[in-house]
Amino acid sequence: MITVPIEHVILMAAILFSLGLTGVLARRNVLFILLSIEVMLNAAGIAFVAAGARWAQADGQIMFLFILTMAAAEVAVGLAIILQYYRHTGTLDVDAMGGGRR
Amino acid sequence: MLSLLWLIPLLPLAGFLSIVLGGGRMRGSMVALIAVGVVGLSAAMAAAVAIRFIYLPPAGNSFTQTLWTWIPATGFMPEISLRLDALSLVMVTVITFVAFLILLYSAEFMGGDEGYARFFAWMDLFVASMLVLVLADNFLLLYLGWEGVGMCSFLLIGFWYRDSANARAARKAFIVTRIGDAAFVVALFLIFTHLGTLTIQEAAARASREWPVGSGLAVAAAALMLAAAVGKSAQLPLQTWLPDAMAGPTPVSALIHAATMVTAGVYLIARANAFFTLAPFVQWLVAVIGAVTLLLAAFAALVQCDIKRVLAYSTMSQVGYMFLALGVGAWSAAIFHFMVHAFFKSLLFLGAGAVIMALHEEHDIFAMGGLRRALPGTFWAFLIGAASLAALPVVTAGFYSKDLILLCDWTSKSGSVWLWAAGLAGAFLTAMYAFRLVFIVFFGELRTKPGRKPGFRMGAALAVLAFFSLSAGFIQIPPDIVNFSPLSELLETSLPRLSAVSVGTQTEALLQAVAGLAGLAGIFFAWFFFRHPALVERLVLTPLGSAFRRLWLEGWCFDRAYDALFVRPYIRLAEINKDDCIDLLNRTLARACESMHYLLIGTQNGRVRQYAAAVTLGAIVIIALMVLL
Repeated sequence: MITVPIEHVILMAAILFSLGLTGVLARRNVLFILLSIEVMLNAAGIAFVAAGARWAQADGQIMFLFILTMAAAEVAVGLAIILQYYRHTGTLDVDAMGGGRR
Repeated sequence: MLSLLWLIPLLPLAGFLSIVLGGGRMRGSMVALIAVGVVGLSAAMAAAVAIRFIYLPPAGNSFTQTLWTWIPATGFMPEISLRLDALSLVMVTVITFVAFLILLYSAEFMGGDEGYARFFAWMDLFVASMLVLVLADNFLLLYLGWEGVGMCSFLLIGFWYRDSANARAARKAFIVTRIGDAAFVVALFLIFTHLGTLTIQEAAARASREWPVGSGLAVAAAALMLAAAVGKSAQLPLQTWLPDAMAGPTPVSALIHAATMVTAGVYLIARANAFFTLAPFVQWLVAVIGAVTLLLAAFAALVQCDIKRVLAYSTMSQVGYMFLALGVGAWSAAIFHFMVHAFFKSLLFLGAGAVIMALHEEHDIFAMGGLRRALPGTFWAFLIGAASLAALPVVTAGFYSKDLILLCDWTSKSGSVWLWAAGLAGAFLTAMYAFRLVFIVFFGELRTKPGRKPGFRMGAALAVLAFFSLSAGFIQIPPDIVNFSPLSELLETSLPRLSAVSVGTQTEALLQAVAGLAGLAGIFFAWFFFRHPALVERLVLTPLGSAFRRLWLEGWCFDRAYDALFVRPYIRLAEINKDDCIDLLNRTLARACESMHYLLIGTQNGRVRQYAAAVTLGAIVIIALMVLL
């Protein structure tokens, strides 16, 4: 069995996380920000699984299941809010959302 | 009878409370009835107490009534207790009696004033405070009365507060006397820390036991009390408030600024005589202050144009006589003069009030004149008052009291020829300014047509006071005329006897003759200058004459000096320090917080992406720290 070195997995997780973070910071559409957050969550999940495999512990996979559940719940609520927001204002631009408050 | 002593100060206090609480809804006549009635009752009580005290003297010639413990603290138990002895008896009798007459007078005099009820409420409070002052058994209660009369004086000087000059005069009186009051508090601290008690008799006894004559503590205590007395009694150097205090209604000037409150200092020194006996230097200072004040004030009174200001300077000068007597150890002579002065000076003020009222608020004596026929009753009253002030020999009370003081100056062991000479010169000047006033106001041609004449209540008060201004002297007749001196016999049960060098009857009679002649000469000069106005004119127009006239008119320019020395530098300092330097510290702190707030407010802008960026940045910083450190 070819074993993948943990450094590679962590590196990939880091790259994924950075991509997600960039998406959150750079995107203006709320929907895409939500997607980017999912990417970041999954990056964290990969890191957990890799670490679990490295030390032969079940904790990593349990944490991943936990993240998965949380992400599903978060997306459900988040999408509902975005939908309502879109119906009210007709826009998904994140800068227009709270920008008026000062 | 004596156990009803507490009613004497309580009655005026009750009058004050009922007028304050219900005066707004009462009719004027009701207010006057209450205000005058309670003081009248109080005077009747005082008379009854006096009769009982004289004919059936209590044990130890004093009666102490403890009502309750004021502040029950361990080691410090001031009590509300009243002490009646010969000294306080004379004070209480004179105060209640004169106050009753003055209030009776004001019931008519103040008629129609919008502050009628307010006036009587404060007058009653004043009488109550003054009675507390003289009846107090301990220094703390005495101080309560002391501050009470000071406050009432402030309120009544500024009675017509809509005129800012009156308010300024009230403020000045309050602040100047406060200098003395502060010294009094320090004296109380000193007495309590070193003698462990504030009861007057006990403190005096312990002081005499523990402090040697002339010791530092005794001198300090006596000097501080002298400062208090000087402030209250308008003596040098704190005398400047009294002439301005004439801004109040005339009955107030009569009661507070002539008859009673200004003599509180005299009472204090007489009451605390043990401390002054322990500090001969301070006692000498009392005499010197009295002598200098009586001369300076008499000169100032010579040239004043405002009838009330003449009387104000005269009061200062007469209180100077009392200080002179106290300073040579003639305690009972001072109290005798206090009593006589209370009668004739309130008579003069009330007479002046009647003149002012008749001439529609005219204060300038040169606008008066010739009122002898227009206001005969007032004229006779004023003439009797002036004669008593001028110490017209034999017939007036002022002669006996002033003569006794001059005699004591001569004979006392601590007296001197100089003090006697100052008193004699003062007697001459007193007669001169008193009769200058009489001649200018009541003789010559009529300048202003008088309006309202004094009615029954004013007339009655004037008549009774005039009677006593003549007759009050007969309770203390010098031994070379008739040996009859019940007053000093009474007072010597509570005040030490004068330690005098005995002089022969002939010397005594000679001194009396000289004193009497000084008064008569003063009257003659007043007449002479009145008959020859051209001479006065010439005198005033010489450079020296005009300089002295200006100097005396401004009361020796004390006001100007104090203004330059204290008031203006203080105001300038206050202006510099307008933004309080301590506030500066606080304000810097506040401003720093505020600018921080504005700095941070920029982060709370509601932009989600910036929040996210901030979170990221924070995370990066923390990770970097963890990695690097």
